[in-house]
Amino acid sequence: MAKEQLKHTPLYDEHKELGARLVDFAGYEMPVQYDGIKAEHEAVRNHAGLFDVSHMGEAVFRGTDAEAAVQRLVTRDVGRLDVGQAGYSAVCYEDGGTVDDVIVYRREDDFLIVINASNREKDVEHFQTNTEDLDVEVADQSDDWALLALQGPEAAGMLQDLTDTDLSGLKPFRFAEGEVEGVPALISRTGYTGEDGFEIYLSADGAPRVWRRLIEAGVTPAGLGARDTLRLEAGMCLYGNELDAETTPLEAGISFAVHLDKEQRFIGQRALLLEDTEGLRKKLVGFEMEGRGIARHGHHVTSGAEIVGEVTSGTKSPTLDRAIGLALVDPGVEDWFEIVIRDNPVPAKVVPLPFYKRDRG
Amino acid sequence: MSVPEDLQYTRSHEWVRTDGDTATIGITEHAQEELGDVVFVELPDEGATIDAGESFGTVESVKAVSDLYAPVGGEVIEVNSSLEDAPEKINDDPYGEGWIVRLRTSEEADLLSPEEYEKVVEEES
Repeated sequence: MAKEQLKHTPLYDEHKELGARLVDFAGYEMPVQYDGIKAEHEAVRNHAGLFDVSHMGEAVFRGTDAEAAVQRLVTRDVGRLDVGQAGYSAVCYEDGGTVDDVIVYRREDDFLIVINASNREKDVEHFQTNTEDLDVEVADQSDDWALLALQGPEAAGMLQDLTDTDLSGLKPFRFAEGEVEGVPALISRTGYTGEDGFEIYLSADGAPRVWRRLIEAGVTPAGLGARDTLRLEAGMCLYGNELDAETTPLEAGISFAVHLDKEQRFIGQRALLLEDTEGLRKKLVGFEMEGRGIARHGHHVTSGAEIVGEVTSGTKSPTLDRAIGLALVDPGVEDWFEIVIRDNPVPAKVVPLPFYKRDRG
Repeated sequence: MSVPEDLQYTRSHEWVRTDGDTATIGITEHAQEELGDVVFVELPDEGATIDAGESFGTVESVKAVSDLYAPVGGEVIEVNSSLEDAPEKINDDPYGEGWIVRLRTSEEADLLSPEEYEKVVEEES
């Protein structure tokens, strides 16, 4: 079998220069770590970290029916978004299973939907085939954009030094179009770490300049390894782990992104309304290991002899120094169960999510 | 990369220090580098008997789980239980404080010399 050529983000040379360990992720050669996952994780929690997430996809909806098209595709009521506001949302199949989890940006003249790299082709096809009857153009602009995530308590101060956009006026899930280091940018106060921070959309050719400038200013480069431990501590879903075609957003605990009462019908609404009335088939819970061992994706959850669920994500939490995880379990499961680690049932207890919440002072 | 001259090695990146009938076992500097931050070590019980080539425990980093394979067979006479609280010793000092297990063995083991092991690592990279 011919080895498929891995794609590179516009920051590939920067990663090589910084000595990153690169891995194949969704067809891209991406940095999993630079100096070490724990150190990068702690830098984001206590100072600031910089992630290259340019592999993420961007789809732009333009045309008279752009809003109607987005309303049909996503579970959030985007009619409630102001221009300059973004919203986390699910995209569902008719049966309520999840196509992807996305962020919708409402701009003056169009909608930008940011999608997971691993779902790019599937999503764009889903978007296009389900809106053929509408006056809308869905453009896959994924290759035109670089995306940096600058995250951590010191992120705002460091970014403010490089932009004229007033960041103090930019609330969470708001965005502004401006410049960073002279490079045209969409600056969004969003992230995937549980910290304050920004996601900065840049032209591919301008991105390396901004990256280098932030690294020179002392931001710690951070890889996908730390991105995963940070999002898990923050109790955030990862598509392919907590969410997939067999799991609805209600089951995965992101009902805050589902507006069941939305007036304009969306794909999956009927199935989700039914599940909401009849009760969830499974539910997402956070747990901490009580015995020794680290739960991992795919491990069985048992209660006595019975299998009652499956671990979706698990790790040793660098912040809490405890083994934590998320699991999809039968709705009746209560506070205790076992995780089967290498044939060995190890006790775990259910804990409230998120595992980590930043101190907002 | 450090490959001490006084040790022997396996293709699966364990090292062995032989002293009479005692074999001390750990993972190499190359192995810990590949794994990244070690956060958990699963050790065998003292007194257990393990065969050469058998998996006797695991080392987990934040992202990966890696089995440990016995380079020689024998009885477990001591485990480095300090790794339960400080698994990072495997990263910091893989050939010293990061040792994993001590066996009593009577077997002649088929192990790699430092030069042979360096070749294995080169071939892999």
